[in-house]
Amino acid sequence: MEHTHTAVVHDEHGHDASTKSIWRTFWILLAITIFEVGLAFSFLEWHWMPRLFLNSIFVGLTILKAFFIVAEFMHLRNEIRNLIMTILIPLMLFVWFIIAFLADGDSWKNMRKDLAPGKPVPPAMHVNTEEAHH
Amino acid sequence: MDTAVTAQKKWWSGGHSPFNVSYGKLMMWYFLMSDAFTFGALLISYGTIRFMSTSWPDPNEVFHSFPFVSHTAHLPLVFVSLMTFILIMSSVTMVLAVHAGHMRDRKAVAKWMVWTIIGGIAFLSCQAWEWTHLHELGAWWGRNPFANADGTVATTNFTNFFFTITGFHGLHVTSGVILNIVILSNVLKGTYDDRGHYEMVEKVGLYWHFVDLVWVFVFTCFYLL
Repeated sequence: MEHTHTAVVHDEHGHDASTKSIWRTFWILLAITIFEVGLAFSFLEWHWMPRLFLNSIFVGLTILKAFFIVAEFMHLRNEIRNLIMTILIPLMLFVWFIIAFLADGDSWKNMRKDLAPGKPVPPAMHVNTEEAHH
Repeated sequence: MDTAVTAQKKWWSGGHSPFNVSYGKLMMWYFLMSDAFTFGALLISYGTIRFMSTSWPDPNEVFHSFPFVSHTAHLPLVFVSLMTFILIMSSVTMVLAVHAGHMRDRKAVAKWMVWTIIGGIAFLSCQAWEWTHLHELGAWWGRNPFANADGTVATTNFTNFFFTITGFHGLHVTSGVILNIVILSNVLKGTYDDRGHYEMVEKVGLYWHFVDLVWVFVFTCFYLL
């Protein structure tokens, strides 16, 4: 290990600025996580909002955390536009991917419920009954 | 990479990378993108199955234990929050290693790499404990002792997805720790000083952050929702 360290010249200004932004990102991620856990606890205790609303907050905060990790820790924010786009545009497939599959799962559940053995046929399917007129 | 970038620069006219990064780094990005689709496919299939189920086990009832604390204690989310904290922390030490690499500060790179490896091993240990604990309760692939939230008997979908996805993530953490150890040994040998740059640290750093990124989604999908 007798290599000379000619390049060990500290750029104090740049050093300070990036170290600061690293720790800032850390505190943001930690704060979001603590907030999520706190929210989950308060929900367990009091059930003070609809579950769907709570889940939307969780998903939103998850995406926010993902943004900070990718933009700051992975430095994607500081790369040029070409690189950012070549990564993000393919990921947009996820929009379709999530909507299509979850909707499919939901429709499967509804079919299993509606067409369960012994369940009466729902009114909408009685075309010739009086209910069909309104 | 620090060449002045002007607005008029013709990125696609050849002679230089249109992405302004080295080949290796670009390929790491593309690999991570493909891995994101792999994890995405796993998590979306989990979501699909959950959406098609009339009921599902309540994660707060399943994951409520903490090491060295009585099994009757009800501590939902506490242990997994600790795991999340460990992984975020190790991500921070990884960025600090990358940052020290830019400064060509070999000692600092080595120090932060060691902390990152410790963080990775700590996370894996936590996961090993959690898996062992769940296994003791009777949970495994094909076996699910936990009832649905509405009290009905649950299928094995819950445990199958939990062990497959956290296992696949744990496998990524394991290979990340191994890669970090390889890079650390190269740092200590002075390989990157000879090469003149510490870009390899950046590349494994990208991988390591990605593992943290996946965990953020796993945390939400399995423990919060």
